Amino acid sequence: MHSASRISRQTWKFQRDIRLLGAGVATGPLEGQGPLAKEFDCVFDDAYAGEESWEKAERKLMEQAVQAAMKKSGVTAEQIDVMLAGDLLNQIITSNYTARDHQFPLLGQFGACSTSMQGLAIASALVDGGFTQYALTGCSSHNSTAERQFRYPTEYGGQKPPYAQWTVTGAGASVVGIGQNGPRVTHATIGKVTDMGIKDPFDMGSAMAPAAADTLVTHFEDLGRTPEDYDLIVTGDLGKVGSAILQDLMKETGYDLSSRYNDCGLMIFSSDQDVFSGGSGCASSAVVVYSHILNALNAGRYQRVFVVATGALFSPVSFQQGESIPCIAHGVVLERVNGI
Amino acid sequence: MSQYVIAFVVGGLICVIGQLLMDLTKMTPAHVMSTLVVSGVVLDGFGLYDPLIDFAGAGATVPITSFGHSLYHGAWSEAEAHGLIGIITGIFEVPSAGISAAIVFGFLGSLIFKPKG
Repeated sequence: MHSASRISRQTWKFQRDIRLLGAGVATGPLEGQGPLAKEFDCVFDDAYAGEESWEKAERKLMEQAVQAAMKKSGVTAEQIDVMLAGDLLNQIITSNYTARDHQFPLLGQFGACSTSMQGLAIASALVDGGFTQYALTGCSSHNSTAERQFRYPTEYGGQKPPYAQWTVTGAGASVVGIGQNGPRVTHATIGKVTDMGIKDPFDMGSAMAPAAADTLVTHFEDLGRTPEDYDLIVTGDLGKVGSAILQDLMKETGYDLSSRYNDCGLMIFSSDQDVFSGGSGCASSAVVVYSHILNALNAGRYQRVFVVATGALFSPVSFQQGESIPCIAHGVVLERVNGI
Repeated sequence: MSQYVIAFVVGGLICVIGQLLMDLTKMTPAHVMSTLVVSGVVLDGFGLYDPLIDFAGAGATVPITSFGHSLYHGAWSEAEAHGLIGIITGIFEVPSAGISAAIVFGFLGSLIFKPKG
């Protein structure tokens, strides 16, 4: 098969002027005390967000992010042809309820914490292919719902090792379409599942770093690019432990990420916040990319950014049965269009 | 005064064992808890836990190992009275206060706080 859109088996090039027209972000209280808080659209000062359960609170976060994304992109709910959303709860229930409330045509996404870029890549492809005019994509996570689902209920009080990560409470959504505003979505590199045999669900940074490295190397080779072609290369939620491993892995393959590299899980919290190795969860990359990084692209502080969202694709049952953690990383390139 | 010190040191050492199991092995909190309970049963089976309680008092009765000690005592005393079936009927006889309290206080807690979390 030969097509201008298909650079390789894993890398896509979008042909039309696909733009990230606008995005919205909502977070919980701890994220609201972090260094990026002033760039968030909505910060709840209570983890319940005024709801009676954490699951409903997560839904409210996604709703707020979706509302803000539509408002800032100037697109109404009726103009959204498809919603591509996902979260970490069983059967991606947060996304299902959000799409129900708006009557959006829904394509549910599950890529664990890589869902943000999985959704953005597919949304861009659908717009590029002419199937949709405006696509809405987003994802959410909530610390307390994720703890209950993947580790131990908060009230159980289980101890965590220092290499554990803190699931970000928040949601991020964006509207993709043909338009004049916002950075252009130029390429996407779809990840392969990588499994190095790590079984400890607290050690997700170590488990996911090889997946991020694989996607980065594939991307650079497919496009003949190097890290120097980007102002920022950012991973979703590797934390301190995973980020260090990724940089070492990249050096071994001849790519020095050095000063261009950062991790959303490290950016969203300050070093004095008690979050172990850093932030994680679907919302980690969505919140940071759809606020801080998008603003920086729009303001011209960055010209070209490569976002690689990393996901640990294990289930509570696979962990309980002693299986290893399969991981994935999806990358999307965002480029500032000069003259806006 | 020395009783307090002994209880503190012995109880603390049992907790140190639990913490070391958490930090140095891949055991989950549930594994550590079960291991300590079973250790209490085994120690009592060898006749070692009662002397430890005589020596350390609350230092030996408060940690979860004493739950194993209670399980063993309940099962053994019923077995002596009623034979093999007593092992089954007696196993929760002594610890039933702890188990019932967990259920009752769990229920009361759910009335006051948010059981859905």
